[in-house]
Amino acid sequence: MIESVGVVKSFGPRTILRGIDLKVEDGETLVIIGGSGCGKSTFLKCVIGLHSPDSGKLTVDGLEVAKLKTDEEIADYRRRFGYLFQEGALFDSMTVAENITFGLRYLSKESPSNYRKIATDCLALVGLKDIEDFKPSELSGGMKKRVALARAIAAKPKYILYDEPTTGLDPIMSDVINDLILDLQKKLKVTSIVVTHDMKSAYKVATRIAMFYEGRAIQVGTPDEIKNTKDAHVRQFIEGLSVGPIKMKLKEFDVDDSHEAAAPAAGQETR
Amino acid sequence: MITTVLEGVGSGVLGASEETGHFVFLIRSTFQWIFRGKIEWRQTLIQMARIGVESLPVTAMTSFFTGMVLALQTGASSKHFFNVPLFVGTVVSFSIVMELGPVMTAIVVAGRAGAAIAAELGTMKVTEQIDALYTLGTDPVRYLVIPRLLAFLVVLPLLTVISDFTGIVGGLFVARVKYDIPTTVYWHDIVDNMEIRHFVHGFLKTFIFAFVVSMVSSYKGVTTRGGAEGVGKSTTQAVVMSMVLVLVLDYFATALLNALGIT
Repeated sequence: MIESVGVVKSFGPRTILRGIDLKVEDGETLVIIGGSGCGKSTFLKCVIGLHSPDSGKLTVDGLEVAKLKTDEEIADYRRRFGYLFQEGALFDSMTVAENITFGLRYLSKESPSNYRKIATDCLALVGLKDIEDFKPSELSGGMKKRVALARAIAAKPKYILYDEPTTGLDPIMSDVINDLILDLQKKLKVTSIVVTHDMKSAYKVATRIAMFYEGRAIQVGTPDEIKNTKDAHVRQFIEGLSVGPIKMKLKEFDVDDSHEAAAPAAGQETR
Repeated sequence: MITTVLEGVGSGVLGASEETGHFVFLIRSTFQWIFRGKIEWRQTLIQMARIGVESLPVTAMTSFFTGMVLALQTGASSKHFFNVPLFVGTVVSFSIVMELGPVMTAIVVAGRAGAAIAAELGTMKVTEQIDALYTLGTDPVRYLVIPRLLAFLVVLPLLTVISDFTGIVGGLFVARVKYDIPTTVYWHDIVDNMEIRHFVHGFLKTFIFAFVVSMVSSYKGVTTRGGAEGVGKSTTQAVVMSMVLVLVLDYFATALLNALGIT
């Protein structure tokens, strides 16, 4: 189980997480939604230990990442996770098979002689085959995402963290990824946290959905509860409206309620 | 107005202090991994081959021409004062072995391999590949920084020795062709005046330069922010900072070695 109590994280003068209270039960898929800059990815990176919370407590199976000291403790903690990065983050200089099995050297006791078979099996799980010797530059965007997912599951993690898994993909490939998330959930019995802007994807894969706004989890509920919420912030986000309590800032000009045509753009800050 | 200036100065000092702190932290982390014996030997060999093979032609050519121009200038000057080209081999060898060989090689390698390191690590940083290393149980300092540092510490001294030799041969070429100095005279000039400590003087400096160039390039790479523009900026900063530090540290290293009698 992953439990976050009052987690705060700042970068310089900018506070991204302002006290996240959230619990992820074993076996569920929690989807985190929210505007750009609201702290979704930062929270994910705090969970896996890429960032340390400034205050608050974040525990995974009772282990607090900030208190891990030895290499073994850290390796044992990381072993629990698979992480799918937004752009895949595949290593350019390695083949697909090398990418998939890279973490096994450090996270598992598998013999290197089994690596090839593990790579092939993981590729099969994400619906790919015969690309073990390809370089990432030879793959399409959707294939890269699936190879990255194969890499994330290679060490048999207990938790899979997905950072915007469908961003940049066409609608069909997005649905393929959603199916894969559900499929892996069933086959591997993992607990997942999915960060996404894509509401179609959120409704499809979520056991529960958490809405982040200004560094806080302002509502957590089942997909039906979120769909029928009365909270104005959540309603505005799930309906994709530019008019509402969430103000989007475009350069120095605030988009107020009168600018109905303005749409959220990449890199905009949620205020 | 005064407040704005003070704010600017304060912010600059804070930024520089923060950057220095991060750099020192990277060095500390590097040594911690080395002392724990956690070294990626395969990656180290790959980096040695890459840095060595890619830099050899350009360092050899640079030092060959440096030796040539030194011989040309020395011959011309001594002819001007004494009517004969004197001590061409001595001046070329001392200049190359003690100063120009180590410094020129470090600068050329900083421009060639240092830039490549900063660009590669910078690209890995902005595409989250460095974060991916963490999530796959690998410390980026151990996997990326240490192999490059060790490769530099082995390869730069070797490249410098080769550069010293090619520089002296470049000087010989001009001595023979331009001033008609016999090869034996040129070599006797060198052997009669040069001692092993002169070579050691230049050779020891290469380790300092190797450390500085590799650490600065790695640091600039792993702290890259932004996209393609950030990578370009980091690469430029890595090369400029490496070159300036090589020249600055050359003075202090020379002063120290002189004080220790290695001169």
